[in-house]
Amino acid sequence: MDDKNSESRPPESAANVIVEFRHVHKWFGDFHVLRDINMVVGRGEKIVVCGPSGSGKSTMIRCINRLEVHQEGTIIVDGTALADDTRKIEEVRRGVGMVFQDFNLFPHLTVVENLTMAPVYVHGIPEDEAERQAFELLERVKIPEQAWKYPGQLSGGQQQRVAIARALMLKPKVMLFDEPTSALDPEMITEVLDVMVELAEAGMTMIVVTHEMGFARKVADLMVFMDDGEIIEAAPPDIFFENPKSDRTKLFLSQILTH
Amino acid sequence: MGRPQTVSSAIVVSAPRRPPPVRETGIVAWLRSNFFNNIHNSVLTLLAAWALLVTLPGFISWAVTEAVWLTDDPKVCRTAAGACWAVIAEKHRVMLFGTFPYDEHWRGVLVIAIVIGLSVVSGFKRFWSYWLFAAWLVAMGVILVLQLGGVFGLRETGTHEWGGLPLTLIMFVGTVVGGLPIAIFLALGRRSNLPVIKSLCIGMIEITRGVPLITVLFMASLMFPLFVPEELNIDKVIRAQIGMILFFGAYAAEIVRGGLQAIPRGQYEAADAAGLTYWEKTRKIILPQALRIVIPALMNDIIRAFKNTTFVSIIGLFDVLGATATALEDPLWVLYAPEAYMFIFVLYFCFCFSMSKYSEHVEHDLAKGRNF
Repeated sequence: MDDKNSESRPPESAANVIVEFRHVHKWFGDFHVLRDINMVVGRGEKIVVCGPSGSGKSTMIRCINRLEVHQEGTIIVDGTALADDTRKIEEVRRGVGMVFQDFNLFPHLTVVENLTMAPVYVHGIPEDEAERQAFELLERVKIPEQAWKYPGQLSGGQQQRVAIARALMLKPKVMLFDEPTSALDPEMITEVLDVMVELAEAGMTMIVVTHEMGFARKVADLMVFMDDGEIIEAAPPDIFFENPKSDRTKLFLSQILTH
Repeated sequence: MGRPQTVSSAIVVSAPRRPPPVRETGIVAWLRSNFFNNIHNSVLTLLAAWALLVTLPGFISWAVTEAVWLTDDPKVCRTAAGACWAVIAEKHRVMLFGTFPYDEHWRGVLVIAIVIGLSVVSGFKRFWSYWLFAAWLVAMGVILVLQLGGVFGLRETGTHEWGGLPLTLIMFVGTVVGGLPIAIFLALGRRSNLPVIKSLCIGMIEITRGVPLITVLFMASLMFPLFVPEELNIDKVIRAQIGMILFFGAYAAEIVRGGLQAIPRGQYEAADAAGLTYWEKTRKIILPQALRIVIPALMNDIIRAFKNTTFVSIIGLFDVLGATATALEDPLWVLYAPEAYMFIFVLYFCFCFSMSKYSEHVEHDLAKGRNF
């Protein structure tokens, strides 16, 4: 991952690969939403996925923890090929943290309960131990003082940081971010991106769907541009932004970087 | 600064904070805003006042001033111009306890006290715990002992002797306690991905909803014994209870389903993404939210279940209404049925109104600090 200049990165050894897509196809009804997706994500790598809306980028990362089911091809997450086996899927999901566009915090639980729910019930961690970890993470996302509030009492930015902390509670091997700042008011975007940058610097493997190109330049090891269900271009950020190959990439970049 | 003059401008002032304007107060303002705020409402107010003026004096003289309050002689009532409330005092034992042996009525009083007492305790959120659940289980055991007798030197009283308010309350509590879990499972099953479970639940709900409660009770009391061998014959009260549980369950299932459907997909996805299993997700994330949403509708059905207990008199069980009808077969007092039924009216109203207030309170309590 330090070899940022070669577009086709050196073949990863299997142990170093955390997520792999091999010829993945998916349809919504008749609509071919993912077309022959091939991608390898190594441990510790940060991938930023961008593209126009409807290009399939959210669907692609949602396939990784099987919130969406692909119909053809293979997706391997941490050595496990995704299939219909419910127990295996639950196991894969426990190693994959996810942050949603609309936060999806549990509104009937306090912030702390949102964080401790899965560790206590999934991993059987004692409640006080889980609570201690929860406070550590709330400290890390800089909102320990909100611990006993309900999500509805927090601002969007705070909610999203709680959601990141919640995803981190299970000590995931990879974090998926599905447009984490798209539902936020502009003044709150920075506080969330700061947390994500900090997370990236700490070495977390991240796959991020976002249009925040400043963030992408800062942390991405690989930029992936999708359009119409296909990966059009994949390159390290300096090449991707300065010297994109495809016309569609150029057009997209010119559209989002105008202002 | 050399800026061009524009037409836009804003005036910067520092307005001190002050309380909102006070609305007019006082009795006249209150009357005006509540009764005479426009011409239609003024007319309606006057009409209503006129109607009250015409009817109220007559009612008061019948119900209060000319009424007979206490006597064991119906002839006294016959000479009086007003209501004969004495019928309640005279017949209250039969009205409240039906055919239950007279000397054992104290057991019925205990049953009523236990159910009402525990219901009141359950109304306070601070008592919500597994202990309360255990308390209800123990209470049900105690109630059964009190009603059935035959142990601890209590005289044995079969279910054919049960009646009155204890029977009403037992039927009601049994219906809700047994019916709610069924409702939840039917609602979950109806949304299941497994076709067999799904169609079973739909069939169950639709068939039960498709017939009147009376039919279910007739099935339970008259037809069911025809199909099963005699030694398997289940007690009539239990059969009626099962019928009512199924009926309540089918209706409440559709209400619960409404709540399940109101939960955004993101909640399911967040729970899935955290690796929760189906049951963990359902129990911890989905149901608490879904049930909160449907409290008003569910309470509506629970209140209806309370009133539906009156249907058991059709199959020969004497709930409090049925027992009252029986009590009034006494030719000496039969004239005063309206007074007795007014008492039952007040009794039902007290129960139903407190349930409705309770649901309002729970709704308010659960909504604290959350805006969803």
